[in-house]
Amino acid sequence: MATVVEASAATDLTAIFARYPDAGRDALIPLLQEIQDTFGYLSLDTIRQVGAHLKLPVSKIYGVATFYNQFRFLALGKYHVQVCRGTACHVKGSAGVLDDIKQMLKIGPGETTSDGLFSLEVVACIGACGLAPVIKVNDEFHADMTTSKLERVFKALKKEAESNE
Amino acid sequence: MVSINIDNKSCEAPAGSTIYEAAQLIGVTIPTLCHLEGLSPSGACRICVVEVEGMPGLVPSCSFPISDGMNIQTHSARVLLARKTIVELLLANHPDDCLYCIRNNNCQLQDLSADLGVRRRRYSGDRSRYKEDVSSPSVIRDPEKCILCGKCVRVCEEVQDVSAIDFIGRGSHSHIGTAFDEGLNLSSCINCGQCIVVCPTGALHEHDSIKEVLDALNDPEITVVAQHAPSVSVTIGEEFGLSAGADCDGMMVAALRRLGFDRVFDTSFTADLTIMEEGSELVQRIKTGGKLPMLTSCSPGWIKFAEQNYPDFLENISSCKSPQQMMGAIIKSFFAERENIAPEKIFSVSIMPCTAKKFEAGRGEMTQHGYPDVDVVLTTRELARLIRMRGLDMLALAPEGADTPFGERTTAGKIFGASGGVMEAALRSAYFLITGTELEDLNVTAVRGLDGCKEAHVKIGDLEVGVAVASGLKNAAALLDQIRAGRDDLHFIEIMTCPGGCIAGGGQPLGTDRNAVAQRMKALYALDASAKTRTSHTNEAVQRLYKEFLGSPLSETSHHLLHTHYAQREVLL
Ligand code: SF4
Ligand code: SF4
Ligand code: SF4
Ligand code: FES
Ligand code: FES
Repeated sequence: MATVVEASAATDLTAIFARYPDAGRDALIPLLQEIQDTFGYLSLDTIRQVGAHLKLPVSKIYGVATFYNQFRFLALGKYHVQVCRGTACHVKGSAGVLDDIKQMLKIGPGETTSDGLFSLEVVACIGACGLAPVIKVNDEFHADMTTSKLERVFKALKKEAESNE
Repeated sequence: MVSINIDNKSCEAPAGSTIYEAAQLIGVTIPTLCHLEGLSPSGACRICVVEVEGMPGLVPSCSFPISDGMNIQTHSARVLLARKTIVELLLANHPDDCLYCIRNNNCQLQDLSADLGVRRRRYSGDRSRYKEDVSSPSVIRDPEKCILCGKCVRVCEEVQDVSAIDFIGRGSHSHIGTAFDEGLNLSSCINCGQCIVVCPTGALHEHDSIKEVLDALNDPEITVVAQHAPSVSVTIGEEFGLSAGADCDGMMVAALRRLGFDRVFDTSFTADLTIMEEGSELVQRIKTGGKLPMLTSCSPGWIKFAEQNYPDFLENISSCKSPQQMMGAIIKSFFAERENIAPEKIFSVSIMPCTAKKFEAGRGEMTQHGYPDVDVVLTTRELARLIRMRGLDMLALAPEGADTPFGERTTAGKIFGASGGVMEAALRSAYFLITGTELEDLNVTAVRGLDGCKEAHVKIGDLEVGVAVASGLKNAAALLDQIRAGRDDLHFIEIMTCPGGCIAGGGQPLGTDRNAVAQRMKALYALDASAKTRTSHTNEAVQRLYKEFLGSPLSETSHHLLHTHYAQREVLL
C-alpha cells in the first residue's frame, strides 16, 4: 500500500499539458508516462492536476496507473535500486536476490525507504545477462549478487550518503 | 412478445428482455453477483450462466437477450457445476469469518455457497491481506471480504457521479480502493452508503454505533432521547420478515421504549418545522431578489457533494439545517430547559435511513456550546440489530405513540421520506404563506414517483414557480449543469442523494430493489392520503414551539439554532 507523499509545492505541468490540449481519456497513459519520465514518479499532486486537465476522477487515474507496473507513486530514493528479473537472472537466482533486498531495505518494489535513501524497482532484462544475477544502482551495475555482496553494497552506499551530509 | 422455452416450460417475454429477466417472469430466480438493475452490465462474475440450446458455451443470463424459439436450461447439471466452481474459486482466498461477520445470515456469497452445496474448501489460494478502512464515520471497507464484483464502483460512478473508489492494481493485487489507497474520509466519498446496499458480501458496511448507544442506555445518569426519521417506519418491517412498505410506526416506538429510551420523538415533527423555515426562506428569497433557485439542504450526501463538486452553488442552498439536526438542536435547548435537564446529561440518538447522517451529526457546524446536536446516528439496520439483540419480538408489541412535545407530525413531514416529498410539503405551505388560502388539491402528483428528475411549474397567486426534484446525484449534477449553462426558469429544487429518496437510503434494509422502493413510497403516500392534517403549517405542536420559544420563522433564535452555512471543501476529487 502506498502512502501519500505530498509534493511540497504544486508541480508545474503546463508545458506537458500544452502538448495534450483538449485531451480525453485515451491521452491518459502517454500523459502519465511523460510526467513520470520528467519527475521520476507520479505524485498525488500531479495526478490531481491530470484529473482536472482530463476531467477524470483521481480514483480512476490511480486505478489505471496501478494496473501497469511501470508507474511509481513515491519519489525515487537517492539510490534507485533496480533488480533484474529477466530470464538469465532468474535462472541464476534473482528471486532470492529480490527477497534479500526486500528484507534488508524493508520496502517492496515501487516503494522508497522512509529516510529517502533507497527506492526499489523490479525490471526485465537490463542487457547485462553475463553479470547475472545483476542489480543496478543508479547507473552502476553490480554483478553476481549474493546475500553478503548485497550487504556490502548497501553498507557502502549508506556510508557514502553519511559522509556527503 | 417473444416465445421461448425455459426449463422445459414454454413462455413469453417482452422482446429485448435478458434471459435473467424472462426467467424471473415465470418464477425462476437465476443467481447474480455483479448484475445491477438499470446499470451497465459488467459480466464480471459469470455466476448467472445458463445453457442455451445450440450455443457451445454457457452464456451469462444477466446480459444475454432472449430471441424467438430460444431453449434455455437455467439449472441443469452442467450449469450448477459451473456455478459451484465459480463459488469455490471465489472462496479460495476468502476469509472463513462468517461467525464474526456483519453479513452472517444475510450474505449472498454465503447463500450461494449453501445453495450450491459447497461443503469443503476445494481451492486454496493465498489470502489477500488488506487493512480494514475505518477512517470514514459512515462506511467501513473490509477488502479481504471483497469478491471484486464491481457493483460499488459502478453505483458510485453511475448513480452518484462521485467515483470515490475504483479497481486498483492488477491480478492478485487487484482490490477496490480510493486514489492512493487513502482512507475513504479523505476521498470524494459523500457517505451515501449506496455501495453498502449493493455489496453482496461483508466487504462494505456501516460504521456501527450500537456500543455507544448501549453504554448510554445503561447509564442511569443519562437521559437518552431517540428521534426516528420519516422513512424508517415503512422499511424496518422488512428486517423482521414483513413485505416492503408495511408501516411499523407504533411497534417501532414501543420497541424503542422497551430498549430503554427515555423519550421517543418523531423527526417528521422537525420536517414540518423545516418546511416553516425553508418555506419562509424561499418566499423571502423570491420577494427580496435573493439567490435562486433555492436548493434543499436536508440530504447530507448532497451537501458534501456540493461543497466539493459544485461550490458555486453553496449560496443557493437553503440555510436550514436538516430535520435531524433541527431536532437535535431543540432537544438540547428547548426540551432540556423545559425538563430541567443539563444538555450534557442528554444523549441524543437518531434512527436514520442513511449512513451520511452519521457524517452530518459529526460536522463542526452542528453543535451548540460545544455539545453536538445529535450524539449518535443509528441506521435502520442497526436499530433492527439492537432490537434482535434484546430479544424483542417487535411485531408482537402493542403500538405506542411518540412523546410530546416533538412527537406530533403532519403527513407533509412524513412524505419527506420519498423523493419529491419535501417539494410537495413545501408547495402546500408556500401556497398558504403567499396566498393565505389552502391549495385546492393538496396532491402535487407531478413531483411524485421514482423518476430521477421531476419538474413542474406551479401557479401560486400571480406567481409562476418553477420547481424540480432530483434524486441520485448523477441526476442532480445534470440539472445543476443546465443551470450553470444558463437555465433560469427554476425557483426551488429538491435534491436527495439516494435514488428515490430516503426510502432507498444507504442505511435501509439490504435487498433494496426498485420494487421494494416503490412499495415503501406507496406506503408513505397512503399514510398521507388518509390523514387529516396534511400541511406543515397546521401542525399545532410546531405552532406552539414558535409561540413558546422560537418566535417566528427566520427569527433570531431560529437562525441561531436551526440554520447554518457551508464552505468549499478540499478532497481528492
Ligand atoms: S462476507 Fe459472507 S461469506 Fe464472507 S465471511 Fe462474511 S458472511 Fe461469510
Ligand atoms: S458511500 Fe457513496 S460516495 Fe462513498 S464510496 Fe460508497 S457509493 Fe461512493
Ligand atoms: S466491495 Fe462489495 S460491491 Fe464492491 S466489488 Fe467488493 S464485493 Fe463487490
Ligand atoms: S536477464 Fe538479467 S540482465 Fe538479462
Ligand atoms: S451476474 Fe451475470 S455476469 Fe455477474
